[in-house]
Amino acid sequence: MIAQNAHSPSVTVDHDPAGTAVVRIGGSWRLRHGMPAAEPIEHALEAAGARAVRLDATAIGPWDSSLVSFVVRLEEFCRAKNIAIERGVLPAGLARMVALAQAVPETRGARAPQISAPLLERVGAAALERFAGTLRFLDFLGEAVIALGRMLTGRARFRRIDLLEAIQTCGANALGIVTLISYLVGVILAFMGAVQLQQFGAAIYVADLVAIGMVREMGAMMTGIIMSGRTGAAFAAQLGTMKVTQEIDALATMGISPMEFLTAPRIVALALMMPLLCLYSDFVGILGGATVGVSMLGLSLRTYLRESTGAILAATLIGGLVKSAVYGVLVALAGCYEGFACGGSSSAVGDAATRAVVAAIVAIVVACGIFAVLFNILGI
Amino acid sequence: MTGAMANFTKSGSDATARPAHIDVRGLTMAFGSFVVMRDLTFSIRHSEIFIIMGGSGCGKSTLMRHLIGLIEPAAGEVLYDGVNFTSAAPEEREAMLRRFGVLYQSGALWSSMTLAENVGLPLGEFTDLAPREIREIASLKLALVGLKGFEDYYPSQISGGMQKRAGLARAIALDPEALFLDEPSAGLDPVSSRLLDELILQLRDSLGATVVVVTHELASIFAIGDNSVFLDAETRTMGALGNPRELRDHTENPRVRRFLTRGEINLESAAHNG
Repeated sequence: MIAQNAHSPSVTVDHDPAGTAVVRIGGSWRLRHGMPAAEPIEHALEAAGARAVRLDATAIGPWDSSLVSFVVRLEEFCRAKNIAIERGVLPAGLARMVALAQAVPETRGARAPQISAPLLERVGAAALERFAGTLRFLDFLGEAVIALGRMLTGRARFRRIDLLEAIQTCGANALGIVTLISYLVGVILAFMGAVQLQQFGAAIYVADLVAIGMVREMGAMMTGIIMSGRTGAAFAAQLGTMKVTQEIDALATMGISPMEFLTAPRIVALALMMPLLCLYSDFVGILGGATVGVSMLGLSLRTYLRESTGAILAATLIGGLVKSAVYGVLVALAGCYEGFACGGSSSAVGDAATRAVVAAIVAIVVACGIFAVLFNILGI
Repeated sequence: MTGAMANFTKSGSDATARPAHIDVRGLTMAFGSFVVMRDLTFSIRHSEIFIIMGGSGCGKSTLMRHLIGLIEPAAGEVLYDGVNFTSAAPEEREAMLRRFGVLYQSGALWSSMTLAENVGLPLGEFTDLAPREIREIASLKLALVGLKGFEDYYPSQISGGMQKRAGLARAIALDPEALFLDEPSAGLDPVSSRLLDELILQLRDSLGATVVVVTHELASIFAIGDNSVFLDAETRTMGALGNPRELRDHTENPRVRRFLTRGEINLESAAHNG
């Protein structure tokens, strides 16, 4: 190591009497401080029509991988151009590193091909994939129904404690957020109605509006959306992680159906808890409306509540609860399906959770529309 | 392999004269009131391959996590080149961490990035290299671990052994002065695991890096270890310190000998006695 360490790396090309190009490498080579471009050297060698190259690093200072990378690249260039290469004075460690880098040849065909198919082909492929996805979902749905059937007839393999835990997480543990959202939805409905109804001196009908609105639609829909974000995403992430860590494979190879063991308890738990949460949400929403009625419209709490209870028909209430149970099943199905369909990496788990929430919310809104038409026909 | 490497290539012989690279003083590892290991005191010299060994669950990986600051010690301290790492200010600590490379037990590759991006991320964050140069260096590092041509693969598309090697390529991305390897050969076939040992030796020889290896694979321990510490799960402290081959032949501690000979001597002597 000669002590003329320039601070920046240097590479020069000159020619010795025998016609060999000599690449002189010197200075300090540090990744942190950038590396010299290899192209000028390659151009110089090509322009000079060199048939042989010798590397000379007598003036080298401290060096690191940037030098190894440079030398490897230069040697590859020389081999490609059929230029004989001779390693002159090189640090011992450098030669070893270069040898190590070239020890394993590039795996043929390993480079992932980057195909950009024509538009028509991509549209077709996307359509076919959609169709295949629908079939996979139907497959999942069928298996889930069979698993639920086995569970109801007491033949399914699952742990009772798992079911109870699922009931706790998607029931009692969700009360806080359901309270907050439902109360605010009740307040918002009341405000909206109050502005209009006050003009007609019909402020008392705010109570009817809030009560029917909550019981018929908003209670079920809001709990459904809360649970899809809270529980549906959790199901997808949990099952997706179990897929990544092969826990689901472990169940299947032991002869325990993952459908019975994992999916069925979750669907049952949500289907049981959603109506209860919905009922609670209806009640809290009416309280929210009452807050506005009492504080803004000058109604007494007693009058407000009597008007509210008078507005709610048994059929409306039951209809809302049935809807919420259906939403619960939809949320659980979306979460479990996306969890099982999850890919093999941690980013795939995030994708699965996102897709589960989106699918659940879309399904809830679509189901809500179908129910609206259905109830209209039935006259509820 | 920055300053350390140049010094090493010039004067590998006087490495013993330099102060220890890593100094562990009176380290006690505990989770709450549960003490995993206590009173660990040892030094790791520059450019040494140091093995942390011991039975399953004795706290080997936990010790490594203490060395790189992922867990704070309950007592004691860790020094790098005489600088106290345990009590260092956060910025100072970060600067020290940048000179380390760590291979985690399961590779810990970022699954949303290709192998080249995995290796290139530290290069992009901590150097002034242009994207094309980063790609070149990343290719070089992957070539060093025998993964040339797999630059555009995602971690989920390659095998477990390859993930491990790619993790090693990422660990050496910034030419670290200290390389920490957690169970590098676990889950690899004997041939791959032998190649990995060879690679670790080569990297040490050419980079001059200090390598700390957590392992319980005897073949590896004897093949690459210059020095070692044995963590004894029964006494909850170090059972032995020294070159693993010498420990195998000369140690007085029966548990260390049993570990290093896979318990075979014990069975034989038991058979003789019986």
